[in-house]
Amino acid sequence: MSDPTVAGRGRPVPTAGDTARRSVARTRRGRRLREYALFLAFVAPNFLLIGVFSYWPVVYNAYLSLTEWDMIAPVKRFVGLDNYVDLFTGNEFVDVLGTTAYFMVGVVGGSLVLGLAVAVLLNQRLRGRGLVRTMVFAPHVLSGAAIGLAWLFIFDPNYGLSRFLFELVGATSPAWLTDSDWALPAIMIVYLWKNVGFCAIVYLAGLQNLPRDLYESAALDGAGAWRIFRRITLPLLSPVTFFLVVTTIISSFQAFDVIAVMTDGGPGGATTILSWYVYDKGFIAFQAGPAAAGAVVMFAILLAVTLLQTRYLERKVHYR
Amino acid sequence: MTTRMRRFGLYALLALVGVTMVGPLYWLFTSSLKQSGDIYTFPPVWWPGDLRWGNYAEAWRAAPFGQFYLNSLITTGSGALLEVANAVLTAYAFVFLRFPAKRVLFAALLGALMVPGHVTLLANYLTVADLGWINTYQGIVIPGAASAFGAFLLRQHMLTIPIEIIEAARADGAGHLRILFRVVLPLSRPMLITVAIVSLVSKWNDFIWPLIVTNTETMRTLPVGLLMLKDADGYVNWGSVMAATVFVVLPVLAVFFVAQRQIVAGLTQGAVKG
Repeated sequence: MSDPTVAGRGRPVPTAGDTARRSVARTRRGRRLREYALFLAFVAPNFLLIGVFSYWPVVYNAYLSLTEWDMIAPVKRFVGLDNYVDLFTGNEFVDVLGTTAYFMVGVVGGSLVLGLAVAVLLNQRLRGRGLVRTMVFAPHVLSGAAIGLAWLFIFDPNYGLSRFLFELVGATSPAWLTDSDWALPAIMIVYLWKNVGFCAIVYLAGLQNLPRDLYESAALDGAGAWRIFRRITLPLLSPVTFFLVVTTIISSFQAFDVIAVMTDGGPGGATTILSWYVYDKGFIAFQAGPAAAGAVVMFAILLAVTLLQTRYLERKVHYR
Repeated sequence: MTTRMRRFGLYALLALVGVTMVGPLYWLFTSSLKQSGDIYTFPPVWWPGDLRWGNYAEAWRAAPFGQFYLNSLITTGSGALLEVANAVLTAYAFVFLRFPAKRVLFAALLGALMVPGHVTLLANYLTVADLGWINTYQGIVIPGAASAFGAFLLRQHMLTIPIEIIEAARADGAGHLRILFRVVLPLSRPMLITVAIVSLVSKWNDFIWPLIVTNTETMRTLPVGLLMLKDADGYVNWGSVMAATVFVVLPVLAVFFVAQRQIVAGLTQGAVKG
């Protein structure tokens, strides 16, 4: 019962002739109606915006995915599932899905593993760890477009830091963004750099929440550090891991700004992941149908991931 | 001995992590102050021999950055204000006001969190075009003015406010607006600040929506304006490009160092205590 206005909720039963009590009932009802009106007034702007700019676009986008339209002509031609058939029978979109999967696995996996490692490090009693914690998290809050530019300069094969680091170990820096084998890894490095701090901070909070007594008894039993980590820490952190998997999947699916600044989806489509594809088809090529169909595919994948999370979280609450 | 070596190793790792994370930012800032002679040399110049603040003036002139700044300030400020207002009103209504079917409405609110931005891009562009809002401030701001997550966070916080306080205010004859502004908001201040800062930062950094919805130089926001420094054959004058990048990054970094705790709390909410 979170409703503090619940006092006096029992409906009064007016007896014949008891006008005083009846009028009390009437004002009570009036007050309740006024409260309803106030509720509506408070939530109306938010729900209107959510309806128009979150729910409606899902419906409208689904409809667009069944049409052929150049974003200009007055008429949208209904083509049924043709766009989807085209997407999945042609090579381009399948390649895009492959690139997206590669990108996503790399960024999500890398951010989680590195994030956990950094969190474990920051959980040690070391001087300066507060400063490093701040440093680690800073890239996460910065504009992707801006850090994309900064890294573009770093990846410059002639003057960039990249060349310096490669020559340090006696190798030659790849041409990164103009080489179709290296362009996607370059983009992934930038997103990794941006995401690691987030994962590290969340893991760190998780580590600090772990019950101490379990560790003490495990140490008494003579378990080594690695064994404790694998048998106790990792399993206890699994809800945190799950949360991070979901949030990083969602954010990596939306990766866009770094690509827009660094590669424009190229070279030769090497960095065209699903989000870039939707933008490119819609706003560069003006093919609303394929763009919308691509967005529906994206939505389906993300919905599955999110529902999985809700499911999992509910189960976790159940166990408590 | 071994513990000493272990500690040394840990400190080395800590330093490595710090350098890796800050290195690119260091490079960004120092390059923004380099003469072109220092930029186009190898091996790299770690500290500019001669600070060249002129890069900033040059960047400022290379594109209408004054206008971009103004646009970013206006859209970020008004967008965050509207988002926070929506969050506050919605949260208050869900916690302190009666209404039938509150559960269903609450589910509808949270459902909006499941709709990723990229999916709504095309349809929202068309809606905004229908409204005649292409290339306007309201076109940039309004579609992002709703608040689902912020409203959720504030609601969770308001649920912890003891009912007795509210009842006491009511007994004193306070109406809902008075209770909201005099009692509930002051008690929700930390969460309110968190929601506001996270909203400000994300709107400042927003890229794809302003990119799509604006089509003239005078309406671009800062991150989108950065793209305009790109020539047909890529970015040329790195000194001033890095300076322009600093324009975008600096305000957020400043906010971050001041309000770090709040930002971390907002972005990681719900992660650990589930």
